[in-house]
Amino acid sequence: MTDNPEASSLEAHSLSCIRDDRTLFENLTFRLVPGQILLLEGRNGSGKTSLLRLLCGMRQPDAGQIHWNGEDIFQLGPDYHSDIAYVGHKDGVKQDLTAYENLKMARGLGAPNPTFSIDEALDRVELWGFDDSPARTLSAGQQRRLALARLLVTRAKLWILDEPFTSLDTLGISIVESLFAHHVAAGGMLAVTSHHKVSLDDADIVRINLSS
Amino acid sequence: MNTPSLSRAFGLLLWRDLTLAFRRRTELFNPLLFFVLVTSLFPLGIGAEPALLRAVGPGIIWVAALLAALLSLDSVFRSDFEDGSLEQFLISAQPLSILVLAKVVAHWLITGLPLLIVAPLLGLLLDLPTASIVTLMLTLALGTPVLSLIGAIGVALTVGLRRGGVILSLLVLPLYVPVLIFAANAVESAGAGLSIAAHLSLLSALLALAVSLSPLAAAAALKISLS
Amino acid sequence: MWHFFHQLGSPKHFYRIAGRWIPWLAVACVVSMLYGLYQGLLVAPTDYQQGDSYRIMFIHVPAAWMSLFIYVVMAGAGAIGLIWHMKLAEVVAISSAPIGASFTFLALITGSIWGKPMWGTWWVWDARLTSELILLFLYLGVMALYGAVEDKRTAARATAILALVGVVNIPIIHYSVEWWNTLHQGPTVTKFDTPSIDLRMLIPLLVMAVAFKLFYVVVLLMRARVEVLERERNTQWVRELVGSP
Repeated sequence: MTDNPEASSLEAHSLSCIRDDRTLFENLTFRLVPGQILLLEGRNGSGKTSLLRLLCGMRQPDAGQIHWNGEDIFQLGPDYHSDIAYVGHKDGVKQDLTAYENLKMARGLGAPNPTFSIDEALDRVELWGFDDSPARTLSAGQQRRLALARLLVTRAKLWILDEPFTSLDTLGISIVESLFAHHVAAGGMLAVTSHHKVSLDDADIVRINLSS
Repeated sequence: MNTPSLSRAFGLLLWRDLTLAFRRRTELFNPLLFFVLVTSLFPLGIGAEPALLRAVGPGIIWVAALLAALLSLDSVFRSDFEDGSLEQFLISAQPLSILVLAKVVAHWLITGLPLLIVAPLLGLLLDLPTASIVTLMLTLALGTPVLSLIGAIGVALTVGLRRGGVILSLLVLPLYVPVLIFAANAVESAGAGLSIAAHLSLLSALLALAVSLSPLAAAAALKISLS
Repeated sequence: MWHFFHQLGSPKHFYRIAGRWIPWLAVACVVSMLYGLYQGLLVAPTDYQQGDSYRIMFIHVPAAWMSLFIYVVMAGAGAIGLIWHMKLAEVVAISSAPIGASFTFLALITGSIWGKPMWGTWWVWDARLTSELILLFLYLGVMALYGAVEDKRTAARATAILALVGVVNIPIIHYSVEWWNTLHQGPTVTKFDTPSIDLRMLIPLLVMAVAFKLFYVVVLLMRARVEVLERERNTQWVRELVGSP
């Protein structure tokens, strides 16, 4: 496993996913390299979330393979997981823990990022001052930002995000968009579904529409 | 500090669960109260004759412990499943089985250990001899972790189901039978002045087996439940 | 030969091949069962201790053997389905569960009938009967879990884990129940005394065991074919078979 961002690549070969006897998609092939954003589009129920979960390694594809740096992610196991970070529909935030404690736990689960301390991560998502507040006292938008702060405290090259802009106000949206821009500029990768129009003008976007 | 550490993750998760439980202190007493309540119901049901109670006491207390353990199982993964934390465990860089073990240890400390502490009281309620009460605590110390470990597999299989609680008992209680048999009999034998060495070694063997295999089975089950 | 097995793994070919085998196996099953029952109920000698009431053992003992055998097959098939993602293995596993549960139930009923003349009660907490009862709960657990999960593939994998956990626990449960039984029963004889095996009793017993195995295979193939149709209902070959537009 090398730290050279140029070596990373995410490849999907002939992926198919069947849920409850319905084929959501089949024969899906794509490639993602550093600096690119994978944008998944499609109607509700078209399989966007399922595809993201396949990319996380949470579910085995019904056909096809997913390769990270040329190796099957199920063979890589923890080596793959240290390179990814996921924020799904649910925030993954414990209501009874403070913002600081939540991030402390998230950091312990992955490969810690030396660039950001927990306080700096909270600062970056404009939750400075809330570090000692129980998560339950935060608004929905603030909790979402806390969930996204998780992306900063681990050394993940690939960010996998399901509807990241949910509950966010204008400020929140611009914070997150700037996070994305920095990540991609530094050689990271992004796989996102979003109803919100992602405005990243200079970005190298790979679009996949699952409804077609 | 900058490399992912297994023992650190284990410690963090253990700390996290204990902290969460402590911040909802009032809920800690539920399994405990259930334990005492169920045990107290039996004299009302079968009559309070001291000789009878002394004879069936060990069995009653252990059945009550089983039921209390069953009742408390849901809390192992429920909250994490609902707020999305469980998904994070699945994609963590750390092996899921170790994370599961940390959660089960926390669960035992919160729900199993209290049973141990309250047991002497129940022994007195049913007028068990001292030797029995000591053995009762020993068997609970060895047995309740096994209950938590085996129970975790059941919860892992049913966490995603709508009415999982109903099925959970069916899945888990047959697997609890060996613990019940060895433990209850140990307490009874101790009261009669017989040796309990065999019972304790059998219970220890069950514990060793459970510690090594249950986290793996529960982790596999979680991956399937959340897929 | 290898090609045959490889073909068998495909649901479509399994459906066809199984369909051809079922009639033959069914005939063999009926023949052996009639022969076994005839030998066991009529020809085998009366036991000097238990009289004629022991004859229920010709059903009870093979049924108990089957209840255990099928659970192991179910766990094995489940493991194969889990490790190699074989759809057919998953189908075999879940189709076996109700058959195994039925044999377990049969063993319990016949055990109860066997015990009545001896002890005057319809149920005795005999070691074997108690183990069979717990085994029945293990089967019901598998069936309940399968029914509760909506996605069939996930259901098959979850029940495979459960069956494997069960299979590891069955020897432990069996041992603990035996242990418990020897401690709590007094001087009364509690084990169902299978009469000292006379050859004229052994043969019907083994014939019935074979008959029950054939029965299991026939019913398994029938159930598996239905399950395959249901799981593959969106594929071309099933549509053509069923004749839907």
